Amino acid sequence: MLEDLLTVVKTRFNSAEDSEAEAKAEPKRKAVDIPSDLLFKCPRCSNIAMGDEFVKNLKVCPNCNYHSRISASERLRLFADKDSFEEFDAGMKSKNPIDFPDYEKKQDELRRATGINDAVVTGECTVRNERCVIGIMDSRYMMASMGSVVGEKITRAFEYATKHKLPVIMFTASGGARMQEGIVSLMQMAKTSGAVANHSDAGLLYITVLTDPTTGGVTASFASLGDIIIAEPKVLIGFAGRRVIEGTIKQRLPDDFQSAEFLLEHGFVDMLAERKSMRRTIAHILKLHKNSIK
Amino acid sequence: MTSINSLTPWERMEIIRHKQRPTINDYIPLIFDEFIEMHGDRLFGDDRAVKGGIASINGIPVTVIAEVKGRDINENKETNFSMPHPEGYRKALRLAKQAEKFGRPVICFIDTPGAFCGVDAEKRGQGEAIARNLLEFMRLKTPVISVVLGEGGSGGALALGVCDVLGVLENSLYSVISPRGFASILWKDASKEKDACGIMKIAAENMLELGVAEKVIDEPPGGAHNNVEHTAENIAEFLLKSLNKKMQISIDVLLKERYTKFRKIGEFIEE
Ligand SMILES: [Zn+2]
Repeated sequence: MLEDLLTVVKTRFNSAEDSEAEAKAEPKRKAVDIPSDLLFKCPRCSNIAMGDEFVKNLKVCPNCNYHSRISASERLRLFADKDSFEEFDAGMKSKNPIDFPDYEKKQDELRRATGINDAVVTGECTVRNERCVIGIMDSRYMMASMGSVVGEKITRAFEYATKHKLPVIMFTASGGARMQEGIVSLMQMAKTSGAVANHSDAGLLYITVLTDPTTGGVTASFASLGDIIIAEPKVLIGFAGRRVIEGTIKQRLPDDFQSAEFLLEHGFVDMLAERKSMRRTIAHILKLHKNSIK
Repeated sequence: MTSINSLTPWERMEIIRHKQRPTINDYIPLIFDEFIEMHGDRLFGDDRAVKGGIASINGIPVTVIAEVKGRDINENKETNFSMPHPEGYRKALRLAKQAEKFGRPVICFIDTPGAFCGVDAEKRGQGEAIARNLLEFMRLKTPVISVVLGEGGSGGALALGVCDVLGVLENSLYSVISPRGFASILWKDASKEKDACGIMKIAAENMLELGVAEKVIDEPPGGAHNNVEHTAENIAEFLLKSLNKKMQISIDVLLKERYTKFRKIGEFIEE
């Protein structure tokens, strides 16, 4: 009985089996909000928490502090001031640039299941009354891989922020480039990085918040380019897939390899910040930048 | 002159994997004069998977940055099978910034299955190194011309691919991930590499169609190895034409056009 429940919970969660390969394989997970009456088994420490306790804890493991994956709408509710969000480009949908078999069909299914049209939600909002442009990636949608729509929406968000002299906050999560769009997806890395460059040249602030999992072509583009880089504790951040590396070196890697803590130690993030204090942390940073002498 | 290449992407893969496929070490003396190699990223080390230096082409001083395939096992050991570590990309960026300072155009040669995937590469920030190159090359205040010589795999290729003009050798393949990786991840079967090659649209003419490349550079029948000198001449001709065109444009316009070149790639609808 308990076993069955656990299986249900496990399949409903994005199992954090941390491999880019798996991430990109988009296993057939049901993308639903987690019912609070179920159990949460932590993919990091295997601790089992009651669902409602877990939800009350903002979907952070009460035992090991792993910040689990949440949807873009959940993130927005936690982060932005109430009713302040105005979405950009909600209706944008990708075409099928390399005619990948069943690409449209797969996306239609995901759109129905998630209520979003692709893997990033962008818009403008306030955080404790500070105006900013925000982008939130949603790993339920093809592991938030970056194709034409993700690239275009992020680029437009930066262009809007540059024009209106606003800071940008990006909550990143991604399995990497969207292979189903071929070389077009690779080029989105250059496109988004170019938009970051223009925003930066205008003297504007860009904060990235790395969430579970941030990997591949997103790590190798806009996710690594923030003026300030924040990570949620215990999340996976890396370039190459763990299994790819393990296959090359023929040994198992330590559990904390490519964790937020690993990146902090090696100098690639400024700080870790807890989900429950993210609003306060970022609002504080925004205020400090507003009052700078310029 | 330009005849239509009737080879399948898989047949071209066999050509670019051919043992005699020329590498940057074959091309440098044929294309450039007075090449002087520069080493190191000034931060960690010297990655031999990326070769950089200054040289001249037809009297124009340029900075050359290239991914280096080995011609035999020893060379491949030295160049890590042309899979750079972060310090390779940082060396490239250091030399590009130096070129900017002295007003030299930058010529990049792409020839890699991808950035190296390993523990040290992760520790030293492979993702950050590639990302930084994309951002800095996008605003580099000097012309950048890139050429894909053989394999152009993933972000490891793109890190030398943010440019004003991209030329691709006729049999080269440019892809988001190697066909093998594509098959292994999307179909859970790496042996379907050949099928992946067939559908990924990675051939030179696809790069023109998708707005990724501006020019396909001719190879002799059967591939570049059948006449290295002739291939080098074709590359040199492409470089000179591109340089002459881009060196006349003001830097502001050059950078706007570079941004727009990448800005317009993407296929979507709006409802
Ligand atoms: Zn836990």
